[in-house]
Amino acid sequence: MGMTITEKILAAHSGNDVVRPGDILQADVDMALANDVTAPLAIKVFEEIGKENVFNRDKIALVPDHFVPNKDIPSARQAKMMREFAAKYGIKNYFEVGQMGVEHVILPEKGLVIPGDLVIGADSHTCTYGALGAFSTGVGSTDLGVIMATGRVWLKVPPTIKVIFEGAFNPWVCGKDLILYLLGVMGVEGANYCAIEFMGSAVKKLTIDQRMTMSNMAIECGAKNGVFEADEITLNYVKERSTRKPLVIKPDPDAKYEREIHIDVSKIQPQVAFPHSPDNVRPVSEGKDVKIDQVFIGSCTNGRLEDLRIAAGLMKGKSVAKGVRVIVIPGSQLIYKEAIREGIIDAFLDAGATIGPPTCGPCLGGHMGILAEGERCASTSNRNFIGRMGDPKSEVYLVSPAVAAASAVLGRIGLPEEI
Amino acid sequence: MTIEGKVWKFGDNIDTDVIIPARFLNVSDKKILASSAFADLRPDFSKDVRKGDILVGGSNFGCGSSREHAPLAIKEAGISVIIAKSFARIFYRNSFNIGLPILESKEAVESIEENDQVSADLVTGEIVNKTKGEKFQAKPVPDFMRGVIQAGGLVEYIKKQE
Ligand code: SF4
Repeated sequence: MGMTITEKILAAHSGNDVVRPGDILQADVDMALANDVTAPLAIKVFEEIGKENVFNRDKIALVPDHFVPNKDIPSARQAKMMREFAAKYGIKNYFEVGQMGVEHVILPEKGLVIPGDLVIGADSHTCTYGALGAFSTGVGSTDLGVIMATGRVWLKVPPTIKVIFEGAFNPWVCGKDLILYLLGVMGVEGANYCAIEFMGSAVKKLTIDQRMTMSNMAIECGAKNGVFEADEITLNYVKERSTRKPLVIKPDPDAKYEREIHIDVSKIQPQVAFPHSPDNVRPVSEGKDVKIDQVFIGSCTNGRLEDLRIAAGLMKGKSVAKGVRVIVIPGSQLIYKEAIREGIIDAFLDAGATIGPPTCGPCLGGHMGILAEGERCASTSNRNFIGRMGDPKSEVYLVSPAVAAASAVLGRIGLPEEI
Repeated sequence: MTIEGKVWKFGDNIDTDVIIPARFLNVSDKKILASSAFADLRPDFSKDVRKGDILVGGSNFGCGSSREHAPLAIKEAGISVIIAKSFARIFYRNSFNIGLPILESKEAVESIEENDQVSADLVTGEIVNKTKGEKFQAKPVPDFMRGVIQAGGLVEYIKKQE
């Protein structure tokens, strides 16, 4: 009996020829990641274990992104602890303010993840790198502390759900709409403890930026990881960024899946997730009465260059609606620079948007765009839980960059055709 | 090992943003984290919770972010065990790693109400609702994880292995 992509990567990293769902194994980690919220706890664990050195200083990435540039004294302390740890152990991939950005934007961009890798991060959206044909998943700080000491992690092999997207795209439909639609079909617990394999002719057409949006939100279905098969598009992306040799892994024809879900992309219109759950999705056309106070374009879901390009293209020459604040946060320093070069930043500024430094910012209600009681935000991020972006009585509507841009101009949730 | 306590009951899909909102994540001191647990949803929780109390949740308990601050805050607040219909993956893992016992039983959760007196045997997984006189059996825990619990958390487990 054959294996799925996830099973094959887990087998290769644990010295097994074959693994099956339910097996518990110890796997070697190619890259371990933590941020300024999760690293301090992981560092305490590492110190408690009492190892003299980290397992490999090139295979750890530390990215201060949640509360930096530091928003207050306690968060400055946390960042300082991480910075000192990185210096003490010579951690190569530490990204200081001025080089930083959102962790899941930075790692692929710097070529730190390639197809076939096993990546573990103390952040739930570590699943983003499935877009590159890697196995990647989120854990907590204790797991990460142990990995920093040993280079290994215990994992239970998940059953795989195959999701097949076929059919032609409607105008303005992108990766975000596909994953929101899937959330509507599966629910937030639909893939709990499972792996997702994203397949089908429709997703083969998507760029890496768009695939990352989809893998990013696999966790919103409860999944352990959400992986794409690496192809020409993946290899071209990786070639420009890494000298390591990618391992292209395909599922066996007789691989066993827990279930298969077929989705006809031609039936999907731009989607919006209403408060307070990412699976509370409806077509954007049903959100036209929702007036908004803020728009956030950014995050590890949709803060990449293509996302900004689409949003700026729509806002160019137009103005942000009266009474609406638009906050744009490029996902990394490199994206910021390229967005300036392409005139994207100009288009946003001219329309009346503000630009923040690369950081998570308002995505988790951290800083730079917190909502007050009763306020509503159209956001390109991934979670709209109660209080996620501020006051427990505020509301978050999850949308694509195109819908966010249109909504910014309209002052309510709306479609690009309407502006 | 049997524990007994009074129940705090919650619903489905209790996410980690609700357990501990992000604005409290700028510190990693357990005591401060515990005082912010469920700050928005149940402001009375951290004040009134007593050592040994039991937290009961619906399905997908602990979904969302990987913040270990969530189970840490609950444990430090005094909760002795969480019983839920189901747990989100990372929360499940984190709880074992930090030595916070958790049990899965749909039937028990359906029976138990706020303020019920409940006991749970962490080894056998037997849950008794003493208020109603009903007994339930939680899903068995994989052997590996039982090893982690017996060692007192992942750090101790790893130390023994090394
Ligand atoms: S952008 Fe948001 S979801 Fe992504 S890592 Fe930062 S806080 Fe988490």
